[in-house]
Amino acid sequence: MTTTAASTPPPALPGAMPGSAGAAAPSAALAASVRRRRRATPDNPDRGALSTADWRRPSVKYTWRGMHFVLLLLLLLWCLGPLLLLGKFAFTPTQDILTHPMSIFPNGATTKNIDQAWNRYHIGQFFMNTVWFALGAWFTQILVATTGGFVLSVLRPRWAKVLNWAVLATLFVPAVVLLIPLYKLIVHPPIGDSLINNFFAVWLPAGASAFNVVLVARFFDSLPREIFEAARVDGAGPFRLFWHIVLPMSKPIIGVVSVFAVIASWKDFLWPFLVLKDDSVKPLSVYLQSMANVDKGTLMAALAISTLIPIAMFLIFQRMFLRGAGLGGAVKG
Amino acid sequence: MTTDDVVPAAPPAINLHTRSRIRRTPVTWVRRGGLSALLFAIPILFIFGAFSWWPIISAFIMSLQKTNLTDAPVWVGLDNFRAVFADPLLPTVIKNTAWFAALALIFGYPVPLVGAVLMSELRKRKGLYSVLAYLPVVVPPVVAVLLWKFFYDPRPEGVFNTVLGWVGLGPYPWLADTTWAMPSLVLEATWAAAGGTVIIYLAALISVPAELYDAAEVDGASVWRKVWHVTMPQLRGVLFITLILQIIGTAQVFLEPFLFTNGGPNHATETVMLRVYNLAFANLGNNFGQATALSLLLAAFLAVMSLVYFRITRSWSQS
Repeated sequence: MTTTAASTPPPALPGAMPGSAGAAAPSAALAASVRRRRRATPDNPDRGALSTADWRRPSVKYTWRGMHFVLLLLLLLWCLGPLLLLGKFAFTPTQDILTHPMSIFPNGATTKNIDQAWNRYHIGQFFMNTVWFALGAWFTQILVATTGGFVLSVLRPRWAKVLNWAVLATLFVPAVVLLIPLYKLIVHPPIGDSLINNFFAVWLPAGASAFNVVLVARFFDSLPREIFEAARVDGAGPFRLFWHIVLPMSKPIIGVVSVFAVIASWKDFLWPFLVLKDDSVKPLSVYLQSMANVDKGTLMAALAISTLIPIAMFLIFQRMFLRGAGLGGAVKG
Repeated sequence: MTTDDVVPAAPPAINLHTRSRIRRTPVTWVRRGGLSALLFAIPILFIFGAFSWWPIISAFIMSLQKTNLTDAPVWVGLDNFRAVFADPLLPTVIKNTAWFAALALIFGYPVPLVGAVLMSELRKRKGLYSVLAYLPVVVPPVVAVLLWKFFYDPRPEGVFNTVLGWVGLGPYPWLADTTWAMPSLVLEATWAAAGGTVIIYLAALISVPAELYDAAEVDGASVWRKVWHVTMPQLRGVLFITLILQIIGTAQVFLEPFLFTNGGPNHATETVMLRVYNLAFANLGNNFGQATALSLLLAAFLAVMSLVYFRITRSWSQS
């Protein structure tokens, strides 16, 4: 996840996946991520470059403790600071935000901003649009990735090789190429009417994420084949195999893909900006952009509200997020 | 790179119907699971076909047409590509994009590495550090940009100017100035993305085999030598990948220039991707053919660059 995550405008999912607009590369690092637990040997449970003996030496201990402390301060200041400031602005009268942004409530706090953002600018309604967007995009991604992974990894018909190649090839196509052709397709679909202002315009393209398919197919590859064989002997067809055996065993990877999917929809801007224009479907990110010039206090409250859910989700599912983020690098690595 | 590199040798396929060889007829095909495989492939075939494979082909077609998406498209040969090269803004947007990518590397490449190496030596509270580092990544980009846009208020009362004023610096014009605008954009982009890179490095650091450190200690290596001669070489593969991915990502930067400055002041932050957008969608736009041609050229450039890059780094990695 390089600067990509923030700066690639993702029409179809490739770009929304951290950095996946670009190249996929050899699998060494994925193997590494599988190996990752190996280091926890009993006598040195979590060692890095510094050994326990190193830590006992005062010079090493105080240098590294000091560096860790400075790092913590920097992280608090740099990563948390702006968000705390945002939280403060949400409850500060506009006049104070503009004249004394760094003072803490010089003239008292207010809930007027929140009230305005919620009741006058109807943040809640756009919030629900984002929820719909995320749910549908999540569903397509899970459906495509699990069934596709099942075909590529478990059923493996003759043509799986070609399909696999065709899916992987899309990893090498930067998201920028898809933007205009996809827009054309949505405005003039070969069947039916224009999908502009229709949630399907964001739901369907989200599914075309080669990154998800690779992630899930590799996970399926790692499931023990004997279980599939046993199921077959017991008379289970491919549908039962998929539904009762493969899916229940794949909860971890489905969790990772789900988290990615939801967060990607939450972050997406350019594509919904182009295709979800009407207030009845506009997601929060697109709506916020149109709010850029309203009263600063109200804007800050709206920004704070829109940040709350992703941050809450992150704090609840932090393990899954961080594992997913590390895995993301590994697949691309 | 061949596909073989990307997919490790997979374990043998499950043969759901291991009948002895019978002549292949539609019936045996169905019985052998051919039909169910096809049914399972419907979602991936439909979604990728319609929203990935077809648009890629369609991009090549559109780049050879003049189209505004309402009237019937007209074939114009290579006119769109000629128009791209004749565009007086082309040198500017290329220069700006390269400048963004270069600044993003300077700001955003070494810092996460140092942070991750430090964090990987934590014996406790590693989770707290990771969560803090990753926090900005989950903030929706539009929120981050609008918030930072306010931070960059050029008045002396602006957030950054206030803070810098405490140590006697500024006030700085930030986004309002042609020189300052781009670094300001990159600073925010780095804030928003660095945490992800940190987590990738941390995952790679955890997989450095402990035996290597043990061996280095037997040889009497100091802490710094261990970091420099064991940790760094083990990270080389990941470092190569994140570098090229970051360049590919930043070469397509859109959100920051669009929302912060809309390419201004005086085109100082107009990037290639923003040019694509403006050609196609902005007021006087509807020039979908030229926009597609420009996006294809960018993609081709990135593809060639990645290939060369992997060629070079592969030989380095092996040496």
